[in-house]
Amino acid sequence: MLKPALEPRGGFSFENCQRNASLERVLPGLKVPHARKTGTTIAGLVFQDGVILGADTRATNDSVVADKSCEKIHFIAPKIYCCGAGVAADAEMTTRMVASKMELHALSTGREARVATVTRVLCQTLFRYRGHVGASLIVGGVDLTGPQLYSVHPHGSYSRLPFTALGSGQGEALAVLEDRFQPNMTLEAAQGLLVEAITAGILGDLGSGGNVDACVITKTGAKLLRTLSSPTEPVKRSGRYHFVPGTTAVLTQTVKPLTLELVEETVQAMERQGFITLPRLVSNSCNQASYLCLPKFWHYRRKPPHPALICS
Amino acid sequence: MNARGLGSELKDSIPVTELSASGPFESHDLLRKGFSCVKNELLPSHPLELSEKNFQLNQDKMNFSTLRNIQGLFAPLKLQMEFKAVQQVQRLPFLSSSNLSLDILRGNDETIGFEDILNDPSQSEVMGEPHLMVEYKLGLL
Repeated sequence: MLKPALEPRGGFSFENCQRNASLERVLPGLKVPHARKTGTTIAGLVFQDGVILGADTRATNDSVVADKSCEKIHFIAPKIYCCGAGVAADAEMTTRMVASKMELHALSTGREARVATVTRVLCQTLFRYRGHVGASLIVGGVDLTGPQLYSVHPHGSYSRLPFTALGSGQGEALAVLEDRFQPNMTLEAAQGLLVEAITAGILGDLGSGGNVDACVITKTGAKLLRTLSSPTEPVKRSGRYHFVPGTTAVLTQTVKPLTLELVEETVQAMERQGFITLPRLVSNSCNQASYLCLPKFWHYRRKPPHPALICS
Repeated sequence: MNARGLGSELKDSIPVTELSASGPFESHDLLRKGFSCVKNELLPSHPLELSEKNFQLNQDKMNFSTLRNIQGLFAPLKLQMEFKAVQQVQRLPFLSSSNLSLDILRGNDETIGFEDILNDPSQSEVMGEPHLMVEYKLGLL
C-alpha cells in the first residue's frame, strides 16, 4: 500500500500509543509501567543578598523508596538554579534542555541569561505539551535586575513570589515559611528557616525524606550545599546476626569417601628437557577421565612444545 | 504558469511503501499497529499527536501574522519567498536533507529542543527504496 509520507521530523513519536491502548483493552491483567514521581519537598526564598533554594533527596516509586540521595537542584546558568518536583525524568530532561537553550542564547546575544527568560522558556515548553510533561519547578536566580524566584506548574503557569514550596510536602514547608518569613533576612536566618521548612516536609510527608540540599545564589555566584542537614538518623540494628559455631545441634553425621584409583600412568620423554608424566585418574563413580595437560616447566630459549604433541 | 520551472514537474510528497510482515495482499502490520479499525486511522491515538504534527506550521503562521501586524504585508511575503526558495534545494528523494538554511531562517539554529535529540531523521533506520522514489518523483512510475 502506498501512503504519501511527509518529510521526516524529529521529536516525540506516537507510533506505539494505539498498540499500548489496545494491549490494555485486550489483556485485563496487564499492569502498564508508570513513570517514577519524586514525591518531594522543594522550597525557595528571597533574602537580602539573593535567593536560596532547598530540596529533600528522596525519589519514590509508588510506595517504595527508589533513591535515598538524588539531586533535585539542577543547574541552568551560572547564577540560576532550578528545583524540580513531579515526574523525575520529566523534571530532569526539561531542566537540561532549558540549560542548553540558555547557553546557546547567552552565546548568541553575548549577555548573561535572565531568570525571566528561563521562566518564559519553561512555561512555553510545558504549555506546548499541555501538562503531559509532569514537571513542577521552582526557578531562582540573580541577574542584573536583582534576585528573583518563580514557581512553574506542569501546565505552564507561573507566579513570581518572595517564598514558595512545591511537591507533596509543600503543605508542611509552606506552613513553616508563612509563619516565620521576613523580607530582607540575613543569609544565616534565611538558611536556618529554609532547613526548617524542608525538615518539616521530610518529617511530615511520606514521599519526602533523606537529607536537606540547598543552593545559595548571590550576585557574585552560586554555591551548591549538598547534604546541608540530615534530620533523620539511619536505623540502628537492634540485635546481632552473627551466630557462634555450635549454635545449631548436629543430630547425625554420614561420611562417604570418594575413592580414586590410579588406572594408567604414561611417561614420555621430551627433547632432553624434562619428563612429563600424565597420570590418568578415574573415579569409580564417574566415567570421565581428567588429564593434566600442562608441562611441568618452561624453557624459554626454545619454543614451548605444542600441546597436541604432548597428549598424543 | 507555474513559476517554479523544472522543479514544478516534480511531485511534492513521496509515497513510502509500508513495511509489512504479512503477505503481498495485506497492508496492515499487526504487530506494530494492533488490530485494524477505521476509527484508529481517522482519530489521533494521543491528545498531543495532532498538535505536535502541526506545531512548526502553526508557529510559522503565528510569527508571520505578528510580523504582518508590526511591519506590514511585505515582510511576511518576503520571508515566505525566502522559505520557498530554500526548500527547493534538496538532495535526492530518498536522502533526508539537513535543511540548514530553513533552520537559520526560522531561528532554530540557535535553540535546541526535543526534535533535535529524539528521532533525528538523519539517524532513521528505515529508508525508502531509492529507485522507486526517484521514479515516482520524476513521474515515470
